[in-house]
Amino acid sequence: MTSKYAVEVRGVVKTFGSIKAVDNLSFAIKPGEIFAFLGPNGAGKSTTIKMLTTMLRPTSGQLLLNGHDVTKDQASARKSFGIVFQDPALEEELTAYENMLFHAVLYGVPKKEQPKRIEELMQLVDLWERRDSLVRTYSGGMRRRLEIARGLLHHPKILFLDEPTLGLDTQTRNILWDYVKKLSQNEGMTIFFTTHYLDEAEQVAQRIAIIDYGKIVAEGTTEQLTKQTKTKTLEQAYLKLTGEGIRDELSEDFNGLNVRSVMRTGGQR
Amino acid sequence: MSEIYILWWRQMKRYLRTRSRIFGTIGQPVLFLLALGYGLGAVFEQAGQGDYLQFLVPGIILQTLLFSGVFWGIQILFDKRFGFLKEMLVAPVPRVKILLGNALGGTTISIIQAIMVFIVAFAFGFRPQSWALLPLAFLIIVVLSLTLTSFGAGLASMVEDFQGFQAINNFLIFPLFFLSSALYPLTNVPKVLEVLTSINPLSYGVDALRYTTIQQTHFGLGKDLIVIAVALVVCVVFAVNRFNRIQV
Repeated sequence: MTSKYAVEVRGVVKTFGSIKAVDNLSFAIKPGEIFAFLGPNGAGKSTTIKMLTTMLRPTSGQLLLNGHDVTKDQASARKSFGIVFQDPALEEELTAYENMLFHAVLYGVPKKEQPKRIEELMQLVDLWERRDSLVRTYSGGMRRRLEIARGLLHHPKILFLDEPTLGLDTQTRNILWDYVKKLSQNEGMTIFFTTHYLDEAEQVAQRIAIIDYGKIVAEGTTEQLTKQTKTKTLEQAYLKLTGEGIRDELSEDFNGLNVRSVMRTGGQR
Repeated sequence: MSEIYILWWRQMKRYLRTRSRIFGTIGQPVLFLLALGYGLGAVFEQAGQGDYLQFLVPGIILQTLLFSGVFWGIQILFDKRFGFLKEMLVAPVPRVKILLGNALGGTTISIIQAIMVFIVAFAFGFRPQSWALLPLAFLIIVVLSLTLTSFGAGLASMVEDFQGFQAINNFLIFPLFFLSSALYPLTNVPKVLEVLTSINPLSYGVDALRYTTIQQTHFGLGKDLIVIAVALVVCVVFAVNRFNRIQV
Protein backbone atom coordinates (compact mmCIF):
# COMPACT_ATOMS: atom_id res chain seq x y z
CA MET A 1 0.00 0.00 0.00
CA THR A 2 1.33 3.43 -0.83
CA SER A 3 1.19 6.44 1.35
CA LYS A 4 1.73 10.09 0.60
CA TYR A 5 3.27 10.48 4.03
CA ALA A 6 6.86 9.86 5.06
CA VAL A 7 5.70 8.33 8.32
CA GLU A 8 2.26 6.95 8.91
CA VAL A 9 0.99 5.22 12.02
CA ARG A 10 -2.47 3.66 11.94
CA GLY A 11 -4.19 2.44 15.08
CA VAL A 12 -1.07 0.99 16.64
CA VAL A 13 -1.26 -0.84 19.95
CA LYS A 14 1.66 -2.23 21.91
CA THR A 15 1.17 -4.12 25.12
CA PHE A 16 3.73 -5.61 27.45
CA GLY A 17 1.86 -8.15 29.52
CA SER A 18 -1.02 -6.26 31.06
CA ILE A 19 0.53 -2.85 30.42
CA LYS A 20 -0.60 -0.87 27.40
CA ALA A 21 2.40 1.23 26.37
CA VAL A 22 0.89 2.48 23.14
CA ASP A 23 -2.88 2.66 22.88
CA ASN A 24 -4.47 2.93 19.44
CA LEU A 25 -2.02 5.55 18.23
CA SER A 26 -2.46 7.23 14.84
CA PHE A 27 -0.57 10.09 13.23
CA ALA A 28 1.15 11.01 9.98
CA ILE A 29 4.17 13.11 9.02
CA LYS A 30 4.58 14.75 5.61
CA PRO A 31 7.82 14.37 3.66
CA GLY A 32 10.33 17.04 4.66
CA GLU A 33 8.50 17.96 7.83
CA ILE A 34 10.17 18.41 11.23
CA PHE A 35 7.93 16.75 13.75
CA ALA A 36 8.35 16.61 17.54
CA PHE A 37 6.93 14.14 19.99
CA LEU A 38 6.50 15.46 23.49
CA GLY A 39 5.31 13.53 26.48
CA PRO A 40 6.09 12.63 30.08
CA ASN A 41 8.40 9.74 30.91
CA GLY A 42 6.87 6.46 29.88
CA ALA A 43 4.21 8.05 27.69
CA GLY A 44 5.10 5.75 24.81
CA LYS A 45 7.52 7.93 22.82
CA SER A 46 10.43 5.52 22.72
CA THR A 47 8.19 2.51 22.23
CA THR A 48 6.71 4.23 19.16
CA ILE A 49 10.16 4.98 17.77
CA LYS A 50 11.27 1.43 18.46
CA MET A 51 8.30 0.10 16.51
CA LEU A 52 8.91 2.51 13.64
CA THR A 53 12.56 1.52 13.44
CA THR A 54 11.88 -2.26 13.38
CA MET A 55 13.28 -2.87 16.85
CA LEU A 56 9.90 -3.90 18.26
CA ARG A 57 6.86 -5.44 16.67
CA PRO A 58 3.48 -3.82 17.32
CA THR A 59 0.78 -5.87 19.01
CA SER A 60 -1.65 -4.60 16.39
CA GLY A 61 -2.03 -1.77 13.90
CA GLN A 62 0.06 -0.66 10.98
CA LEU A 63 3.21 1.46 10.61
CA LEU A 64 4.43 2.80 7.29
CA LEU A 65 7.74 4.42 6.42
CA ASN A 66 7.92 5.87 2.93
CA GLY A 67 4.98 3.65 2.11
CA HIS A 68 6.74 0.48 3.26
CA ASP A 69 5.00 -1.59 5.90
CA VAL A 70 7.49 -1.69 8.77
CA THR A 71 6.33 -5.08 10.03
CA LYS A 72 6.01 -6.85 6.70
CA ASP A 73 8.79 -5.29 4.70
CA GLN A 74 11.48 -4.60 7.28
CA ALA A 75 14.30 -4.52 4.74
CA SER A 76 12.79 -1.67 2.68
CA ALA A 77 11.75 0.17 5.82
CA ARG A 78 15.32 0.01 7.14
CA LYS A 79 16.63 1.54 3.95
CA SER A 80 14.46 4.59 4.57
CA PHE A 81 15.62 5.81 7.94
CA GLY A 82 18.48 6.68 10.25
CA ILE A 83 18.35 6.99 14.00
CA VAL A 84 20.14 8.53 16.93
CA PHE A 85 19.34 6.25 19.83
CA GLN A 86 18.30 7.39 23.25
CA ASP A 87 20.64 4.93 24.99
CA PRO A 88 24.30 4.52 24.16
CA ALA A 89 24.99 2.22 21.23
CA LEU A 90 28.71 2.53 20.60
CA GLU A 91 31.40 -0.13 20.35
CA GLU A 92 33.79 0.64 23.19
CA GLU A 93 36.64 -1.44 21.86
CA LEU A 94 36.79 0.51 18.62
CA THR A 95 38.17 4.00 18.23
CA ALA A 96 35.80 6.86 17.49
CA TYR A 97 36.93 6.90 13.87
CA GLU A 98 36.43 3.15 13.57
CA ASN A 99 32.91 3.48 14.96
CA MET A 100 32.18 6.06 12.29
CA LEU A 101 33.71 3.91 9.56
CA PHE A 102 31.75 0.86 10.71
CA HIS A 103 28.55 2.84 10.50
CA ALA A 104 29.44 4.37 7.12
CA VAL A 105 30.02 0.95 5.57
CA LEU A 106 27.06 -0.76 7.21
CA TYR A 107 24.69 2.06 6.33
CA GLY A 108 25.83 2.30 2.74
CA VAL A 109 27.67 5.63 2.57
CA PRO A 110 29.44 5.55 -0.82
CA LYS A 111 33.08 4.61 -0.35
CA LYS A 112 34.42 7.76 -1.98
CA GLU A 113 32.47 10.00 0.36
CA GLN A 114 33.28 8.13 3.55
CA PRO A 115 36.52 9.87 4.64
CA LYS A 116 35.22 13.33 3.80
CA ARG A 117 31.91 12.93 5.55
CA ILE A 118 33.41 11.28 8.61
CA GLU A 119 35.89 14.13 9.01
CA GLU A 120 33.25 16.78 8.44
CA LEU A 121 30.96 15.40 11.12
CA MET A 122 33.70 14.68 13.63
CA GLN A 123 34.89 18.26 13.18
CA LEU A 124 31.33 19.44 13.66
CA VAL A 125 31.07 17.82 17.10
CA ASP A 126 34.69 18.69 17.87
CA LEU A 127 35.99 15.14 18.19
CA TRP A 128 38.34 15.05 15.23
CA GLU A 129 41.44 15.50 17.39
CA ARG A 130 40.40 12.51 19.49
CA ARG A 131 39.41 10.30 16.58
CA ASP A 132 41.98 7.60 17.31
CA SER A 133 41.10 7.14 20.97
CA LEU A 134 39.12 4.09 21.98
CA VAL A 135 35.54 4.99 22.81
CA ARG A 136 36.12 3.23 26.14
CA THR A 137 38.22 6.24 27.14
CA TYR A 138 35.56 8.79 26.16
CA SER A 139 33.52 10.77 28.69
CA GLY A 140 29.73 10.67 28.66
CA GLY A 141 29.42 13.96 26.78
CA MET A 142 31.93 12.92 24.15
CA ARG A 143 30.11 9.65 23.57
CA ARG A 144 26.85 11.50 23.10
CA ARG A 145 28.47 13.80 20.56
CA LEU A 146 29.93 10.86 18.72
CA GLU A 147 26.51 9.21 18.58
CA ILE A 148 25.03 12.36 17.10
CA ALA A 149 27.78 12.59 14.49
CA ARG A 150 27.32 8.94 13.64
CA GLY A 151 23.56 9.26 13.30
CA LEU A 152 24.01 12.08 10.77
CA LEU A 153 26.64 10.24 8.74
CA HIS A 154 24.39 8.67 6.16
CA HIS A 155 21.63 10.78 4.76
CA PRO A 156 18.41 8.83 5.07
CA LYS A 157 14.99 10.04 3.95
CA ILE A 158 13.70 9.94 7.49
CA LEU A 159 15.78 10.69 10.57
CA PHE A 160 14.67 9.63 14.04
CA LEU A 161 16.22 11.38 17.00
CA ASP A 162 15.17 9.88 20.32
CA GLU A 163 15.95 12.49 22.98
CA PRO A 164 19.14 13.39 21.14
CA THR A 165 20.07 16.32 23.35
CA LEU A 166 19.83 14.48 26.65
CA GLY A 167 23.03 15.28 28.50
CA LEU A 168 24.42 17.57 25.79
CA ASP A 169 25.84 21.01 26.45
CA THR A 170 24.16 24.06 24.96
CA GLN A 171 26.87 24.51 22.31
CA THR A 172 26.42 21.02 20.92
CA ARG A 173 22.65 21.32 21.12
CA ASN A 174 22.75 24.40 18.94
CA ILE A 175 25.14 22.78 16.49
CA LEU A 176 22.92 19.71 16.29
CA TRP A 177 19.70 21.60 15.63
CA ASP A 178 21.31 23.91 13.07
CA TYR A 179 22.61 20.88 11.23
CA VAL A 180 19.28 19.08 11.42
CA LYS A 181 17.41 22.11 10.08
CA LYS A 182 19.91 22.36 7.25
CA LEU A 183 19.41 18.68 6.37
CA SER A 184 15.67 19.17 6.33
CA GLN A 185 15.93 22.23 4.07
CA ASN A 186 18.65 21.08 1.70
CA GLU A 187 17.82 17.42 1.36
CA GLY A 188 14.13 17.41 2.18
CA MET A 189 14.83 15.00 5.00
CA THR A 190 11.91 14.20 7.28
CA ILE A 191 12.83 14.65 10.94
CA PHE A 192 11.05 12.97 13.83
CA PHE A 193 12.40 13.76 17.27
CA THR A 194 11.43 13.38 20.88
CA THR A 195 12.59 15.69 23.62
CA HIS A 196 11.90 16.87 27.13
CA TYR A 197 13.10 20.38 26.33
CA LEU A 198 10.04 22.30 25.24
CA ASP A 199 12.07 25.22 23.89
CA GLU A 200 13.70 22.86 21.39
CA ALA A 201 10.37 21.64 20.17
CA GLU A 202 9.11 25.19 19.89
CA GLN A 203 12.14 26.43 17.96
CA VAL A 204 12.84 23.46 15.73
CA ALA A 205 9.64 21.55 15.07
CA GLN A 206 7.09 22.59 12.49
CA ARG A 207 4.49 20.44 14.16
CA ILE A 208 4.26 19.00 17.65
CA ALA A 209 2.31 16.06 19.02
CA ILE A 210 1.81 15.63 22.73
CA ILE A 211 1.49 12.03 23.77
CA ASP A 212 0.38 10.66 27.11
CA TYR A 213 -0.61 7.18 28.24
CA GLY A 214 0.18 5.92 24.75
CA LYS A 215 -2.27 8.27 23.05
CA ILE A 216 -1.92 11.60 21.30
CA VAL A 217 -3.71 14.19 23.41
CA ALA A 218 -3.03 17.19 21.16
CA GLU A 219 -1.34 17.97 17.88
CA GLY A 220 -0.40 21.07 15.93
CA THR A 221 1.91 24.07 15.84
CA THR A 222 2.84 25.90 19.03
CA GLU A 223 0.22 28.55 18.26
CA GLN A 224 -2.48 25.98 17.70
CA LEU A 225 -1.59 24.15 20.90
CA THR A 226 -1.61 27.29 23.04
CA LYS A 227 -4.85 28.49 21.48
CA GLN A 228 -6.47 25.11 21.94
CA THR A 229 -5.58 25.03 25.65
CA LYS A 230 -6.09 28.75 26.20
CA THR A 231 -2.57 29.16 27.54
CA LYS A 232 0.28 31.51 26.75
CA THR A 233 3.29 29.26 26.27
CA LEU A 234 3.98 25.77 25.01
CA GLU A 235 5.05 24.76 28.50
CA GLN A 236 1.76 25.83 30.00
CA ALA A 237 -0.11 24.05 27.26
CA TYR A 238 1.96 20.92 27.83
CA LEU A 239 1.39 20.90 31.57
CA LYS A 240 -2.30 21.56 31.16
CA LEU A 241 -2.59 18.59 28.82
CA THR A 242 -0.44 16.10 30.70
CA GLY A 243 -0.98 17.21 34.30
CA GLU A 244 1.68 18.00 36.84
CA GLY A 245 2.09 14.54 38.30
CA ILE A 246 5.53 13.00 38.19
CA ARG A 247 5.90 9.84 36.12
CA ASP A 248 8.13 6.90 36.54
CA GLU A 249 9.24 4.59 33.87
CA LEU A 250 10.36 1.08 34.53
CA SER A 251 14.00 0.56 33.80
CA GLU A 252 15.37 -1.02 30.67
CA ASP A 253 15.73 -4.23 32.62
CA PHE A 254 12.02 -4.73 32.50
CA ASN A 255 11.68 -6.55 29.23
CA GLY A 256 14.32 -4.20 27.88
CA LEU A 257 11.63 -1.62 27.34
CA ASN A 258 10.39 1.57 28.76
CA VAL A 259 6.97 1.10 30.15
CA ARG A 260 5.19 3.65 32.20
CA SER A 261 3.96 3.35 35.63
CA VAL A 262 2.39 6.34 37.13
CA MET A 263 2.98 7.99 40.42
CA ARG A 264 0.41 10.60 41.10
CA THR A 265 1.93 13.09 43.47
CA GLY A 266 1.67 16.76 42.60
CA GLY A 267 -1.33 16.19 40.40
CA GLN A 268 -3.77 16.11 43.28
CA ARG A 269 -2.83 19.33 44.94
CA MET B 1 30.17 -8.08 0.68
CA SER B 2 31.68 -4.99 2.28
CA GLU B 3 29.03 -5.13 5.00
CA ILE B 4 30.01 -8.67 5.91
CA TYR B 5 33.66 -7.67 5.87
CA ILE B 6 33.15 -4.72 8.22
CA LEU B 7 31.24 -6.91 10.70
CA TRP B 8 34.03 -9.46 10.61
CA TRP B 9 36.65 -6.69 10.91
CA ARG B 10 35.00 -5.33 14.03
CA GLN B 11 34.95 -8.79 15.65
CA MET B 12 38.64 -9.25 14.91
CA LYS B 13 39.58 -5.78 16.20
CA ARG B 14 37.70 -6.51 19.37
CA TYR B 15 39.33 -9.89 19.76
CA LEU B 16 42.86 -8.64 19.20
CA ARG B 17 42.34 -5.76 21.62
CA THR B 18 41.22 -7.93 24.51
CA ARG B 19 44.26 -10.04 25.25
CA SER B 20 42.67 -11.53 28.35
CA ARG B 21 40.16 -13.23 26.10
CA ILE B 22 42.83 -14.77 23.91
CA PHE B 23 44.61 -16.39 26.82
CA GLY B 24 41.50 -16.94 28.91
CA THR B 25 39.86 -19.17 26.36
CA ILE B 26 42.89 -21.33 25.58
CA GLY B 27 43.78 -21.57 29.27
CA GLN B 28 41.03 -24.06 29.97
CA PRO B 29 41.85 -26.53 27.17
CA VAL B 30 45.53 -26.36 28.02
CA LEU B 31 44.72 -27.09 31.64
CA PHE B 32 42.65 -30.12 30.57
CA LEU B 33 45.50 -31.26 28.38
CA LEU B 34 48.00 -31.04 31.22
CA ALA B 35 45.87 -32.39 34.04
CA LEU B 36 44.17 -35.20 32.14
CA GLY B 37 46.87 -35.92 29.58
CA TYR B 38 49.55 -36.37 32.16
CA GLY B 39 47.37 -37.20 35.16
CA LEU B 40 45.47 -40.06 33.55
CA GLY B 41 48.06 -41.01 30.95
CA ALA B 42 49.67 -43.76 33.04
CA VAL B 43 46.33 -45.39 33.97
CA PHE B 44 45.21 -45.27 30.35
CA GLU B 45 48.36 -46.93 29.20
CA GLN B 46 48.14 -49.65 31.87
CA ALA B 47 44.66 -50.44 30.63
CA GLY B 48 46.22 -51.19 27.28
CA GLN B 49 44.69 -48.24 25.42
CA GLY B 50 47.95 -46.70 24.24
CA ASP B 51 49.13 -43.11 24.58
CA TYR B 52 46.41 -41.03 26.24
CA LEU B 53 47.82 -37.67 25.12
CA GLN B 54 47.50 -38.71 21.47
CA PHE B 55 43.94 -39.84 22.13
CA LEU B 56 43.01 -36.74 24.10
CA VAL B 57 44.23 -33.95 21.79
CA PRO B 58 41.42 -34.22 19.18
CA GLY B 59 38.92 -34.11 22.06
CA ILE B 60 40.58 -31.01 23.50
CA ILE B 61 40.54 -29.33 20.10
CA LEU B 62 36.81 -29.96 19.94
CA GLN B 63 36.49 -28.58 23.45
CA THR B 64 38.24 -25.43 22.30
CA LEU B 65 35.86 -25.05 19.36
CA LEU B 66 32.81 -25.75 21.53
CA PHE B 67 33.63 -23.30 24.28
CA SER B 68 35.08 -20.66 22.00
CA GLY B 69 32.04 -20.85 19.72
CA VAL B 70 29.46 -20.86 22.46
CA PHE B 71 31.18 -18.22 24.54
CA TRP B 72 31.42 -16.10 21.46
CA GLY B 73 27.63 -16.11 21.61
CA ILE B 74 28.01 -14.04 24.77
CA GLN B 75 29.21 -11.29 22.45
CA ILE B 76 25.66 -11.00 21.17
CA LEU B 77 24.45 -10.64 24.74
CA PHE B 78 27.09 -7.98 25.39
CA ASP B 79 26.04 -6.14 22.27
CA LYS B 80 22.43 -6.33 23.39
CA ARG B 81 23.32 -5.10 26.86
CA PHE B 82 25.54 -2.26 25.73
CA GLY B 83 23.31 -1.18 22.87
CA PHE B 84 25.59 -1.93 19.95
CA LEU B 85 23.25 -4.63 18.70
CA LYS B 86 20.65 -1.95 17.89
CA GLU B 87 23.20 -0.17 15.73
CA MET B 88 23.61 -3.37 13.71
CA LEU B 89 19.99 -4.53 13.68
CA VAL B 90 18.44 -1.36 12.29
CA ALA B 91 21.06 -1.07 9.55
CA PRO B 92 19.73 -1.33 5.99
CA VAL B 93 21.29 -4.78 5.66
CA PRO B 94 19.42 -8.10 5.79
CA ARG B 95 19.70 -9.75 9.19
CA VAL B 96 21.13 -12.88 7.64
CA LYS B 97 24.10 -10.82 6.49
CA ILE B 98 24.48 -9.25 9.93
CA LEU B 99 24.51 -12.70 11.47
CA LEU B 100 26.87 -14.07 8.85
CA GLY B 101 29.43 -11.28 9.25
CA ASN B 102 29.41 -11.68 13.00
CA ALA B 103 29.47 -15.47 12.87
CA LEU B 104 32.40 -15.47 10.45
CA GLY B 105 34.25 -13.33 12.98
CA GLY B 106 33.43 -15.85 15.71
CA THR B 107 34.46 -18.72 13.46
CA THR B 108 37.80 -17.13 12.66
CA ILE B 109 38.45 -16.60 16.35
CA SER B 110 37.59 -20.24 17.12
CA ILE B 111 39.94 -21.46 14.41
CA ILE B 112 42.78 -19.31 15.74
CA GLN B 113 42.19 -20.70 19.23
CA ALA B 114 42.13 -24.28 17.92
CA ILE B 115 45.41 -23.75 16.09
CA MET B 116 46.99 -22.33 19.23
CA VAL B 117 45.86 -25.37 21.22
CA PHE B 118 47.21 -27.60 18.48
CA ILE B 119 50.61 -25.91 18.72
CA VAL B 120 50.64 -26.24 22.51
CA ALA B 121 49.72 -29.91 22.16
CA PHE B 122 52.51 -30.38 19.67
CA ALA B 123 54.93 -28.89 22.19
CA PHE B 124 53.63 -31.39 24.77
CA GLY B 125 54.53 -34.26 22.46
CA PHE B 126 51.41 -34.76 20.33
CA ARG B 127 52.26 -36.11 16.88
CA PRO B 128 49.72 -36.56 14.08
CA GLN B 129 49.90 -39.97 12.42
CA SER B 130 49.57 -38.76 8.89
CA TRP B 131 50.44 -35.28 7.67
CA ALA B 132 48.54 -35.93 4.46
CA LEU B 133 45.24 -36.01 6.36
CA LEU B 134 45.86 -32.71 8.18
CA PRO B 135 44.23 -30.53 5.49
CA LEU B 136 41.08 -32.62 5.94
CA ALA B 137 41.39 -32.20 9.71
CA PHE B 138 41.63 -28.44 9.19
CA LEU B 139 38.56 -28.45 6.98
CA ILE B 140 36.65 -30.35 9.65
CA ILE B 141 37.79 -27.80 12.23
CA VAL B 142 36.47 -24.98 10.00
CA VAL B 143 33.09 -26.67 9.57
CA LEU B 144 32.80 -27.54 13.27
CA SER B 145 33.68 -24.02 14.35
CA LEU B 146 31.06 -22.54 12.03
CA THR B 147 28.53 -25.04 13.40
CA LEU B 148 29.34 -24.33 17.04
CA THR B 149 29.52 -20.57 16.54
CA SER B 150 26.06 -20.66 14.97
CA PHE B 151 24.88 -22.79 17.87
CA GLY B 152 26.25 -20.17 20.29
CA ALA B 153 24.64 -17.32 18.35
CA GLY B 154 21.28 -19.08 18.35
CA LEU B 155 21.43 -19.76 22.08
CA ALA B 156 22.48 -16.21 22.88
CA SER B 157 19.62 -14.81 20.80
CA MET B 158 17.21 -16.78 22.95
CA VAL B 159 18.32 -15.73 26.42
CA GLU B 160 17.84 -12.34 27.97
CA ASP B 161 20.78 -12.06 30.35
CA PHE B 162 24.07 -13.50 31.47
CA GLN B 163 22.46 -15.65 34.17
CA GLY B 164 20.40 -17.32 31.49
CA PHE B 165 23.52 -18.00 29.52
CA GLN B 166 25.24 -19.42 32.59
CA ALA B 167 22.37 -21.87 33.01
CA ILE B 168 22.69 -22.97 29.39
CA ASN B 169 26.37 -23.43 29.96
CA ASN B 170 25.88 -25.64 33.02
CA PHE B 171 22.95 -27.66 31.83
CA LEU B 172 23.68 -27.96 28.13
CA ILE B 173 27.26 -27.27 27.15
CA PHE B 174 29.08 -29.13 29.91
CA PRO B 175 26.88 -32.24 29.57
CA LEU B 176 27.33 -32.13 25.80
CA PHE B 177 31.07 -32.05 26.28
CA PHE B 178 31.37 -34.70 29.00
CA LEU B 179 28.86 -37.01 27.32
CA SER B 180 30.86 -37.10 24.12
CA SER B 181 33.83 -39.20 23.17
CA ALA B 182 36.18 -36.24 23.74
CA LEU B 183 37.76 -37.54 26.94
CA TYR B 184 37.36 -41.33 26.87
CA PRO B 185 37.07 -44.11 24.31
CA LEU B 186 33.61 -45.53 23.75
CA THR B 187 34.75 -49.13 23.83
CA ASN B 188 33.56 -50.90 26.99
CA VAL B 189 31.61 -47.95 28.42
CA PRO B 190 28.32 -48.75 30.20
CA LYS B 191 25.30 -49.08 27.92
CA VAL B 192 23.64 -45.86 29.10
CA LEU B 193 26.75 -43.84 28.37
CA GLU B 194 27.17 -45.53 25.03
CA VAL B 195 23.66 -44.56 23.99
CA LEU B 196 24.04 -40.98 25.23
CA THR B 197 27.38 -40.46 23.56
CA SER B 198 26.26 -41.91 20.27
CA ILE B 199 23.26 -39.58 20.03
CA ASN B 200 25.55 -36.62 20.76
CA PRO B 201 26.69 -35.02 17.48
CA LEU B 202 29.86 -33.81 19.19
CA SER B 203 31.07 -37.40 19.44
CA TYR B 204 31.11 -37.59 15.67
CA GLY B 205 33.05 -34.35 15.44
CA VAL B 206 35.68 -35.71 17.81
CA ASP B 207 35.70 -39.00 15.97
CA ALA B 208 36.36 -37.30 12.64
CA LEU B 209 39.17 -35.25 14.17
CA ARG B 210 40.59 -38.38 15.74
CA TYR B 211 40.52 -40.20 12.44
CA THR B 212 42.23 -37.40 10.57
CA THR B 213 44.93 -36.89 13.20
CA ILE B 214 45.68 -40.26 14.82
CA GLN B 215 43.68 -42.54 12.51
CA GLN B 216 41.44 -43.99 15.16
CA THR B 217 37.71 -44.11 14.63
CA HIS B 218 34.73 -45.46 16.45
CA PHE B 219 31.90 -44.68 14.06
CA GLY B 220 33.78 -44.53 10.75
CA LEU B 221 34.65 -41.35 8.86
CA GLY B 222 31.69 -41.58 6.47
CA LYS B 223 29.14 -41.55 9.26
CA ASP B 224 31.07 -38.80 11.04
CA LEU B 225 30.99 -36.52 8.02
CA ILE B 226 27.27 -37.04 7.46
CA VAL B 227 26.48 -36.15 11.08
CA ILE B 228 28.79 -33.11 10.90
CA ALA B 229 27.10 -31.86 7.73
CA VAL B 230 23.62 -32.30 9.19
CA ALA B 231 24.66 -30.57 12.40
CA LEU B 232 26.00 -27.63 10.39
CA VAL B 233 22.72 -27.16 8.56
CA VAL B 234 20.63 -27.54 11.71
CA CYS B 235 22.74 -25.08 13.69
CA VAL B 236 22.80 -22.46 10.93
CA VAL B 237 19.03 -22.68 10.49
CA PHE B 238 18.62 -22.46 14.27
CA ALA B 239 20.84 -19.37 14.45
CA VAL B 240 19.15 -17.56 11.54
CA ASN B 241 15.74 -18.38 12.92
CA ARG B 242 16.51 -17.13 16.43
CA PHE B 243 18.49 -14.11 15.32
CA ASN B 244 15.63 -12.98 13.11
CA ARG B 245 13.36 -12.82 16.11
CA ILE B 246 15.54 -10.67 18.33
CA GLN B 247 13.81 -7.55 19.52
CA VAL B 248 15.86 -4.85 21.14
